[in-house]
Amino acid sequence: MTFLLFAEQMLNGLQFGIMLFLMAAGLTLVFGVMGLINLAHGSLYMIGAFAAAVVAGATGSFTLALIASLAAAAAAGALIELTVIRRLYKRDHLDQVLATFALILILSEGTRWVFGSFPLYLDVPSYLSGPVTLPGGIQYPLYRLFIIGAGLLLAVGLFALIARTRIGIQIRAGEADREMIAALGVDISRLYTLVFALGAALAGLAGALVGAIQSVQVGMGEPVLILAFVVIVIGGIGSIKGALVGALLVGMTDTMGGVLLPRVFALLMDPSAATTVGASLGSMLIYILMAVVLIMRPSGLYGST
Amino acid sequence: MTRETYINAALSLLLVLVPFWAWSTGQAYILTLCTKVAILALAGVGLNIALGLGGLVSFGHAAFFGIGGYAMGILASHAQTFDPIMDWPILIEGTKSMPMIWLVAMLASALAALLIGALSLRTSGVYFIMITLAFAQMLYYFTIGWPAYGGEDGLSIYVRNSFPGLNTLVPVQFLILSYVILGLALLFSARLARAPFGLALSAARQNADRVETVGIAPYRLRLVAFVISGAITGLAGALFADLNRFISPTMFSWHTSGEIMIFVILGGVGRLYGPVAGAALFILLEHLLGGVSDYWKIFLGALLLAVVLFARGGLIGTLAGREVAHG
Repeated sequence: MTFLLFAEQMLNGLQFGIMLFLMAAGLTLVFGVMGLINLAHGSLYMIGAFAAAVVAGATGSFTLALIASLAAAAAAGALIELTVIRRLYKRDHLDQVLATFALILILSEGTRWVFGSFPLYLDVPSYLSGPVTLPGGIQYPLYRLFIIGAGLLLAVGLFALIARTRIGIQIRAGEADREMIAALGVDISRLYTLVFALGAALAGLAGALVGAIQSVQVGMGEPVLILAFVVIVIGGIGSIKGALVGALLVGMTDTMGGVLLPRVFALLMDPSAATTVGASLGSMLIYILMAVVLIMRPSGLYGST
Repeated sequence: MTRETYINAALSLLLVLVPFWAWSTGQAYILTLCTKVAILALAGVGLNIALGLGGLVSFGHAAFFGIGGYAMGILASHAQTFDPIMDWPILIEGTKSMPMIWLVAMLASALAALLIGALSLRTSGVYFIMITLAFAQMLYYFTIGWPAYGGEDGLSIYVRNSFPGLNTLVPVQFLILSYVILGLALLFSARLARAPFGLALSAARQNADRVETVGIAPYRLRLVAFVISGAITGLAGALFADLNRFISPTMFSWHTSGEIMIFVILGGVGRLYGPVAGAALFILLEHLLGGVSDYWKIFLGALLLAVVLFARGGLIGTLAGREVAHG
């Protein structure tokens, strides 16, 4: 395997990891602040992608499409929080799992009802398409670099928001002690809606960004949702830093495992068998990683208690 | 007699009368639906032991359902082609005999439950939910990438497996077989809940510290419960594969785990007949609403949401009130 291919796969892993972080950040914030496990987070990802595809189709502007994905997912998130999710904060995890599973059924089938089962397409704009040459002679698609850059900027923005702003202080205080910040006069239910909508907007944007390289279709959020759960479980639920580390770890493991394992097995067995065995083991790899992390550290890398 | 006992009796009567009516009027389709209810209820009875009795929220019971299904598929496909599964160090051949398949399905899923449980039970709460999900996903991707038994496309078994003295291809005979197994599992589950083991398990769900104080290790109780639970769900998987004469990685998907959980919740967590009521309601909805709209799962979602938010005891809990006789 050449250096160029290796470098390209590393960048793919990084891009995948950054996207997973955008998904996982919302999940882990919602769990950390509200103690809620939200399976419907993947549906918000899907809503963002559909909103972007519809707006891009109508206006032809990719920028407007991204704004639409943020707005639609945030609005859907706020609506879901106000109608359903806020009744679940005091319930146990079983109720939360089931209610949000019910939301997936409603949102997925509802979207299928409106848009049909055929995928929509969201095109990469011309000014972001085509390859660029990186130092070292690596040819890499500009759009994927754009995703990495946008994701890193958002990650920095999110860390700044949490560490430096008033709302960030309230979010951190909410994680530490809910009753106390309510007693100090913070409107806790508005804070919850805000956090939920923020997480939803990040998921929606991730959906739109990924939707341009894959197709936009019903159920697109589910594989990503499960990976995002793996990420936050590895990182420690509630920890944004853990989500970042976990996302990069999972993104890299999944991408590199899928590329390297078939080659490793090719040394041991005939090529066609090596491809199938390597590929199937490659897709199991992140779950093995998660199991190992949980066995060593039952509450994740950066989890408390 | 509590109100729940009457409801259970009424439900049992209904589950016998409907197929009897279908059989006497020659509606084989209804018989198949009833068989499906019994088999899915069996999967729910399995989960209910972990979930209802033990308080273990497993989001990965599709793993055992799938292992049961693949046990059937592997044994039957080798018997179909007269190709031994392995000939070294000992000769193992496929089989089309249901009792043998069930035994293998239960042993294999019990073994898987032992491994998964031993690792997962080190965690609790939301981590337990996620790690059980992860193990099921692991098997899901494994079967997709494993070409020997159909990979992603799944595998068809052309003739239903046989049971001594019965012709299992006659719908009513396979139905009776499934009903008898469900009945035995319910009996076992009811006995288990009242046995010292079940009482200790229930106590560990309510307050693990106190159970530990009187000298019982909750970890071991939960592990045994998880293994029993997995074995029963595995048996249901083998029967389900035989009902459809088809296996595929979908049996391992997280939607399957979610649906088994839905049976238990719709019916009522920890209620003996909860999974039966839940599976019956699920199939009834699928049958009725599926005829009205292709998007029937919207209504299923809405109903599930309503049950979780407003009718927390499920169907049986709503009908029987708060008095919990079981678990």
